[in-house]
Amino acid sequence: MKEKPFAITLDVGSSLANRTGAWRTQLPVYVDRMPPCNQACPAGENIQQWLYHAESGDYEAAWRQLMRDNPLPAVMGRVCYHPCETACNRVQVDNAVGINAIERFLGDEAIRRGWTVEAPPESSGRRVLVVGSGPAGLSAAYHLRLLGHAVTIREAQDRLGGMMRYGIPRYRLPREVLDAEIDRIVALGVTVELGAKVDDVLAAQRDGAFDAVFLAVGAGIGRRAYVPAGDSARILDAVALLGGMEGEGPPLLGRRVAVYGGGNTAMDAARTARRLGATDAVVVYRRTRDRMPAHDIEVEEALEEGVRMKWLSTIKYADEGRLTIERMELDETGFPRPTGEFEELEADSVVLALGQDSDLSLLRDVPELAVDHGTVQVADGLMTGRPGVFAGGDMVPADRTVTVAVGHGKKAARHIDAYLRDTSYDPGAKHAPATFDRLNTWYYSDAPASVRPRLELARRVSTFDEVVQGLDESTALFEARRCMSCGNCFECDNCYGVCPDNAITKLGPGKGFAIDLDYCKGCGLCAAECPCGAIEMVTEE
Amino acid sequence: MSGAPQVKFYQVGSFAAGNRLLGPELQSDQADPGRSNTLTCGHRACQGCGEALGARYALDAAQRAAGGKVIAVNATGCLEVFSTPYPETSWQLPWLHSLFGNAPAVAAGVAAALRAKGRTDVRVVGQGGDGGTVDIGLGCLSGMFERNDDVLYICYDNEAYMNTGVQRSGATPPTARTATTQAVGEDPGAPFGQGKSLPLIAMAHEIPYVATATVAGLRDLEAKVHQAMSLRGARYLHVLVPCPLGWGTASHDTVRIARLAEQTGLFPVFEAVDGEVTDVTPIRRHLPVEEYLRPQKRYAHLFEPELRTDVIARLQRSADRNIARFGLLAQEEASS
Repeated sequence: MKEKPFAITLDVGSSLANRTGAWRTQLPVYVDRMPPCNQACPAGENIQQWLYHAESGDYEAAWRQLMRDNPLPAVMGRVCYHPCETACNRVQVDNAVGINAIERFLGDEAIRRGWTVEAPPESSGRRVLVVGSGPAGLSAAYHLRLLGHAVTIREAQDRLGGMMRYGIPRYRLPREVLDAEIDRIVALGVTVELGAKVDDVLAAQRDGAFDAVFLAVGAGIGRRAYVPAGDSARILDAVALLGGMEGEGPPLLGRRVAVYGGGNTAMDAARTARRLGATDAVVVYRRTRDRMPAHDIEVEEALEEGVRMKWLSTIKYADEGRLTIERMELDETGFPRPTGEFEELEADSVVLALGQDSDLSLLRDVPELAVDHGTVQVADGLMTGRPGVFAGGDMVPADRTVTVAVGHGKKAARHIDAYLRDTSYDPGAKHAPATFDRLNTWYYSDAPASVRPRLELARRVSTFDEVVQGLDESTALFEARRCMSCGNCFECDNCYGVCPDNAITKLGPGKGFAIDLDYCKGCGLCAAECPCGAIEMVTEE
Repeated sequence: MSGAPQVKFYQVGSFAAGNRLLGPELQSDQADPGRSNTLTCGHRACQGCGEALGARYALDAAQRAAGGKVIAVNATGCLEVFSTPYPETSWQLPWLHSLFGNAPAVAAGVAAALRAKGRTDVRVVGQGGDGGTVDIGLGCLSGMFERNDDVLYICYDNEAYMNTGVQRSGATPPTARTATTQAVGEDPGAPFGQGKSLPLIAMAHEIPYVATATVAGLRDLEAKVHQAMSLRGARYLHVLVPCPLGWGTASHDTVRIARLAEQTGLFPVFEAVDGEVTDVTPIRRHLPVEEYLRPQKRYAHLFEPELRTDVIARLQRSADRNIARFGLLAQEEASS
């Protein structure tokens, strides 16, 4: 035995023998939570995940993640009203992450580089008919193809796109972008029949031997409110005006145009009128601005372009070159009430933008179908009362936006797939929300949002060039990196750093961290200092 | 802060320990999976101990800076007691302990021995709590400073004698309750007008480097250790390390409390070279002192049974004085 120094009787030991984990009453656990952007996305995009890829500059991986839910990113990056940004937790730090702008960047990048997706080589042997080629129909066709089913789209018009083509003006959605994304979907092997209006859905299903049908006929009929009018008054509806922009000659409106209504379509109509040469485009709306259904940004851009707004007004009588307007007032419930005060407004034409209805004539022989207020009633899985017949988009009760429609297409495709396989689709349980109070925002750099450049005003009122421009690469990257990764670990190493007991092991890129329960005392520092709230303290059993 | 790398915006910028998108040169030492872990698992510090955290932050950085050739000399105190109950040790570097008050002298002796042996590659770090540094070891430390011995001395300041039961030290702030400054009488807690600032005393020795830091500013602390290790002679680093036990705070709040000490201005974070302040870490989110005081039970008597706005205002004035004296706020906010 080796001689020990004076007064030393024991060999040197390590504190590793001391399992301090036994002190613990609370245990840190890594969790995943539902970020508010994902929660808010009507298309069900995993936004945080595609931002995660974009942050590292791997735009293709980001785009592919995006394409798992939405086949129209370049379109959506332009026309989506981005509820994700409204929900974004970063609003409470500085400004929301510019998710919509990054989505557009990724979509444009994919078109520029020719990225495509592949359908599985083997077919399920099942055939699905998609009626209508708007965002819901295209999205359903895309997802059904990825699931291995044969898909036929029947479109009444002579081009694909539905309201994206015949309703959204070019200055918001350039047609080459729309065409590129539609072509990519068609290239998956979708059979397209144009100018093929379906008059009787059951006959179409029977004759074509389709195993299931997805109805997405949209809402393409402009609602005609009765406006008393003289013989020579010029009255047309906004759907016809915007759709007519895709035809040969643009519709004739005159120099003074009144648009009747307060929705997004009214703004599109008024802005289109300005571009067609109207010196005076006036929106006549019976309530006030804060009650307008149009989105703020659309109203803002319309005002910038010189569109005038006449709030609290209804059109009482239309005559050649002039309208009689009645002033309204709001009662306690916010309902507009006539005041009996009248005024005149000079207008060469009146464009009605009072809402749209669906043409449901193709469903008249389907007995099980329920229609309420002009919309088709569907169950949770978007199946109508008739087994095998599904419906989505503007023709079912929901917000009428491209994003909602794309979401419907995806959802319907999954349920149609389950129906065809005689199973049921289970989306699985959702994670608990990643709320702002769970974040430790100290660790995020101060970084205000990037602003998307806009076309100069002079060109906006004279051309149909795109108004909102895209972000360049470095700005898109910066913007992606503003994401706080709410509720999901992004490997900032803070937990590994702040543990006073070295009880956390770093496993390497993409692998996260492990907690050594032999030594973790359960102090909770890792959870408290996690920037994104991805660690929870759980009481020990 | 001058020395910490200014990381270009990467989601969490330079405030977190690391980031998957950064190269190794821009990660903190603590983000390195191969970090030294100079103070390893199984030590008997309380849950959420700020001193255990601060000591590993500082010594891992010193090890990195010195290529793993550091000898540590420890004063008596919590750090020594919880890390080395005979015959165990948590230290993964050569480590000496002698007495409560003589750590700076022992460290100076180790440095002298190395000089005698011609070993310039091995570096010496002396360390202790505020009791061993500010009070009991001050004579030895002042001697180490004035002789300009080649030692980096690090004080982990938790503002009282925690190991022996939370007695007041020369670093205990006014109004804090300790076992020897009870929250009773007209002016409860530690009195105003007593205590001292050791960083300022160290600066008066005009040694090559003096700096302050907290466990809330990991990258700042590491940068200061690296800066100190790049120099020879007597250097002093004063690190604020909250003590959940003595301060009456939740164990998960250790870093947050240190951050609040910085952001209220009560603990100025700065660097000084040859006796002159050369750089300060500016306050990023300025907060009233109440935000710092309220979560700590040692200040509970300022809020209950009655709210002592007069005392809180006096503490606010001392924070404001720090802010003015060291220039801790950007110009526009300081003047408003």
